[in-house]
Amino acid sequence: MNWRTIRAIALKDWREVRGNKMAWAPTLIVPLIFCVVLPLLIIVLPGTLSNGEAGDMMKDADLELFLANLPPAMAASIAGLNESQTMIVLLLGYLFSPLFLILPIMTSSVIGSDSFVGEKERKTMEALLYTPATERELFTGKMLAAVIPAVLLTWAGFAVYTLVLNSAGGVVMGRVWFPLPHWWVMVLWVTPAVAVLGMMGAVVISARVKSFMEAYQNTGLLVLPVIMLVIGQVAGLLYLSVLVAFGIGLVVWLIDGILLLFALRIVTRAALMGADKGA
Amino acid sequence: MSVAIETEGLVRRFGTRTAVNELSFRAEAGEVFGLLGPNGAGKTTLVRLLNGVLKADAGRAHVLGCDPQTQGDALRRRSGVLTETPSIYERLTARQNLHFFGTLYGVPEADLARRTDALLEQFGLHDRADDRAGGFSKGMKQRLALARTLIHQPDILFFDEPTAGLDPEAAQQVTDLIAQYSGADGRTVFLCTHNLDEAGRLCDRVGILNHGRLLAVGKPDDLGRNLWDGQWVDIGLTAPPPAGLDAALMGVAGATQVQIKGAALAVQVRDESVIPAVVSAAAAAGAQILRVTPRAHSLHDIYFKLQAEAEAS
Repeated sequence: MNWRTIRAIALKDWREVRGNKMAWAPTLIVPLIFCVVLPLLIIVLPGTLSNGEAGDMMKDADLELFLANLPPAMAASIAGLNESQTMIVLLLGYLFSPLFLILPIMTSSVIGSDSFVGEKERKTMEALLYTPATERELFTGKMLAAVIPAVLLTWAGFAVYTLVLNSAGGVVMGRVWFPLPHWWVMVLWVTPAVAVLGMMGAVVISARVKSFMEAYQNTGLLVLPVIMLVIGQVAGLLYLSVLVAFGIGLVVWLIDGILLLFALRIVTRAALMGADKGA
Repeated sequence: MSVAIETEGLVRRFGTRTAVNELSFRAEAGEVFGLLGPNGAGKTTLVRLLNGVLKADAGRAHVLGCDPQTQGDALRRRSGVLTETPSIYERLTARQNLHFFGTLYGVPEADLARRTDALLEQFGLHDRADDRAGGFSKGMKQRLALARTLIHQPDILFFDEPTAGLDPEAAQQVTDLIAQYSGADGRTVFLCTHNLDEAGRLCDRVGILNHGRLLAVGKPDDLGRNLWDGQWVDIGLTAPPPAGLDAALMGVAGATQVQIKGAALAVQVRDESVIPAVVSAAAAAGAQILRVTPRAHSLHDIYFKLQAEAEAS
C-alpha cells in the first residue's frame, strides 16, 4: 500500500468535510451538549435541591433496587457519599460512559457517509477511480479520514468532560474524582473500535443509498447498540466495569473485523462508480 | 507504428443488455482515434473497460501493453481520462485539486508544485488558482479537469464527451486545448464523442459504434469511399453548358453519371484518376470551366448512413 496516496486521500476527504457544514456541525454541537451542557446541568441541579429533596429522589423504589444490586467496585465508588455526590457519580461517572460512545460513532459515520456516498453524489468518484490508487488505498484513506477525527474529537471531548466534572463537579465532590478506571478503557480501547464501526456502517449503508442525507439518516441506526448499553445499565442488566468495558471493546473490534472483510468485498471500482448496473 | 489499444471480441453485459458487443479494433500509438456513436452506444463503458474500472465478460484488451483487467493500476498510472462531468472537488481550490490528483498519480513531490503552476498558467486558471473550484464556470471546471488529466504526463488520453454541455465558446476552448495536446510527444488520444465536427477536426481515424457494436473503422475519407460507389466531381461553369456536353462527358471511360442544373455540372466517376479526362472532355466540348471540386463525403454523411443502415438491419 502506498502511504503517500492514503495520506492524500485522507487529507482531501477531511478538507472536503470541513466544507460541508451539514457534516461537521453535528460533530461539534453534540460533543458540546454531552461534555459541557448536560454535565453542568446534572452537577448544578442537585445543588439547587435541599439535601432532603435529593434524598427523596434517591428513595425511588427502582433506584433503591438499582443501588442494592451494584457490583462491589461500583458500590465502593459511592460508599460514604451523600445523595448529591451519589447522583453525580452514578449519572456522570457510570450512566454517561456508554452515551459518550455516541461521539465517535456519530462522527465517523457522518464523515464516512460524506466521503463515500457524498463523493458519488457530487460525481467526483469517477475521476478518483481512474487514478492508480488501489481499492484498498482508497478505502484506507477514507477510513482514516473518518476514524482519526472521530477518535481525536472524542478524546478532546473526554478532556473537556474531565475538566468540567473535576472543576464544577469538584465543588460538590470536594475532590478530583474523575475519570473512574473503566473510562480509560472506554476512551482508549472502545472508542477507536466504535469509530471504526461507525465508518464500516457508513460504507455498508453508502453502498445501498444514493444521497448523503439518506446515508446520514440511516447511520442514525448505528447508535442503537449504544442506547441498548445505556438501557442495560439503567435496568441493572449490565454494569460498566474495567472488565466489561474491555469485553465490549473486544466484541466491537470483532464486529469491525467481520465488517471489514465484507466492506473490502463490496468496495470495488465498479460498485464505487455505481456502474455495476450499466453506464 | 506500435499499437496503443487493441481489443478482440470484447463483451460487457449489464443484465440482459449488452453494452459492448464483440468489439475488436486497434488504435496506433500517437494517433487520435475517435469513437463516434449516439448516447447509450457503449462509449463510456468501453473507456471504463479499457482503463480496468470495469471487468469484461468476454474477449480481451491491451492498452499500452497492459491488460486492464489484471494490470489496471499500472495502466492507470500512464493514462489520463477526461469525462463529460469534470469530476473535480468543488470544495477544494484549483491548486489543491491538481496537487491531490498529482499525488495519486505518483508525481514526485519535487515536481508537483512546478507542474501544477505550469498547467494552471497554460489553462488560463492561474489567477483563480487558490479559489474554490465550486465558484468556477462550467468551462473553467472542464479546463481544470483537463489540466488534472495531464498532471502526470500520461502516454494515452481518453476523452469521453469532453465538450458535452458546454457553451460554444467554452467547447471551442476545450477542443483547442485537446487539439494542442493531441499527438504531442507521441501521445495517443482516444476521443469518444457524438460531436461530429469535433471528431472531424481532431481525429486521424474513427470508429462508429451502434448498440455496442462497431460498424466501421478507418480514416473518414476511406470510409466515404467504401460506403458510396464512385466519386462525384462538381464542375462550376461561367456560362450555361454547351449543347452535347452531357454526351461528351458520358463518352469518357470511367464516367458513370452526369447531372446538369443551370451552370452547375456534376459528374460521377469511377475514381479520382478519371477527373483529368472529364475536365479535358468538358473543355473540348466548349464548357467555360470556373472550378473543379471533387466532392468529399463528410463525417456527417458517413455517420448517418452507417447508423441508418445499422438501425434498418
